[in-house]
Amino acid sequence: MGAAPEPAFRRSGRAALVLLFCAVLAFGAVSLVHEATRDEVAAARRARELARFDEVLRGLRYDNDLLADTILVHDAELLGSNGPVTAYRARLGQEPVAVILAPVARNGYSGPIELLVAIAPDGKLLGVRVTAHRETPGLGDEIETRRSAWIESFAGRWLGSPPLPRWKVRKDGGDFDQFTGATVTPRAIVSAVANALVYFERHRDELLAPASTMPP
Amino acid sequence: MTPSEIFRAGLRDQNPGLVQLLGLCPLLAVTTSLGSGLGLGLATLAVLAASNVLVSLVGRALPAEIRIAVFVLLIAALVTSVELALAAWLPGLHAALGIFLPLIVTNCLVLARAEAFASRQPAGAALLDGVAMGSGFLLVLVALGSIREVLGRGSLGGDLHLLFGGHGAHGGIHLFGEQHGFLLALLPPGAFILLGLMLAVRQAVRARATAATPQAAMPPEPVGRVRA
Repeated sequence: MGAAPEPAFRRSGRAALVLLFCAVLAFGAVSLVHEATRDEVAAARRARELARFDEVLRGLRYDNDLLADTILVHDAELLGSNGPVTAYRARLGQEPVAVILAPVARNGYSGPIELLVAIAPDGKLLGVRVTAHRETPGLGDEIETRRSAWIESFAGRWLGSPPLPRWKVRKDGGDFDQFTGATVTPRAIVSAVANALVYFERHRDELLAPASTMPP
Repeated sequence: MTPSEIFRAGLRDQNPGLVQLLGLCPLLAVTTSLGSGLGLGLATLAVLAASNVLVSLVGRALPAEIRIAVFVLLIAALVTSVELALAAWLPGLHAALGIFLPLIVTNCLVLARAEAFASRQPAGAALLDGVAMGSGFLLVLVALGSIREVLGRGSLGGDLHLLFGGHGAHGGIHLFGEQHGFLLALLPPGAFILLGLMLAVRQAVRARATAATPQAAMPPEPVGRVRA
């Protein structure tokens, strides 16, 4: 710096320019990384979703692109979400073999529980999985397959087995086990799964409609 | 500072996890298993080493008014890049670390080393400091994660496949069934209690070492305590 002290405005102006320059550099660097990783990130997300679907479909064969053959459905009461819920359709040949709904059980013990429910065209459950929850570790988390096989007890059930009034935990007079020390969590899931089945019964044709009749 | 002094400070005398107590939030929240502790530790180590070098290169050229702002910008760009890289190549680990990965930005350890050390030192020393402090943090994360996983889940390294690939969640050592685990160890209060016990052990070891050596040879602990 020279002998005379730099005026304040010039000093802050220079600082602002340096900061701007750094911001542009950082932005450019992050953009490059984003560009370089974009395809891998998308592929990883896709692989993860398909792996989850395989689990809920329990190895059922299908030959369409599940992630593309979707419709958005909307039923705040039965599907538990105020926004639209995605329904994925699995087909073999042109025939529908399963519909996967992603309803939300809103009355979990600590916040909503997100589910995947796979239903065969005849209304039987293929499988149910919890995809996100904040239930108490050690009590409510027996809904995870990692902790217990409880969630498997839905496979093969439908609205005739047990009939709708018995889609409750045993404590409420229903047919489903609760866990020691945690009734709220299974109660929420049982009712969310039952609601998803009711939704399926009411909108079966719409859900199973061929992809080609969908508006683009 | 010589390299050995830098490493002694990072790993022992000023260990970020056990002495400076920096970055407690991720330290306590993520360490429910060896795998996630190791994952977050490595991510933090990488960010810390890189940010220290960058800060050391640009630090002295910056006007004082915007120095911290530029450091934050640098760290944020680095963390975003690390997060994108993990999402692309280690998606399992990315999902397991969740929000704590982007939150490395707010880990005061990174900014503290940038401001307190790297901005006044040459790049080589700053790199060493980043590696040393990062390793110190990593060791505490791994230790706490291992203890909590063994107590809470009865296994060790059960989710290392998130880091190193391989299949299924059945790797690692199994000591007893997860349903017999000590639940408290996995919950946040258990993390506080176990970290407290680790601090106590460290203090006890330190006190014993001090008692064993003449006072003159053992200078008082040079702790730069910063609020976490």
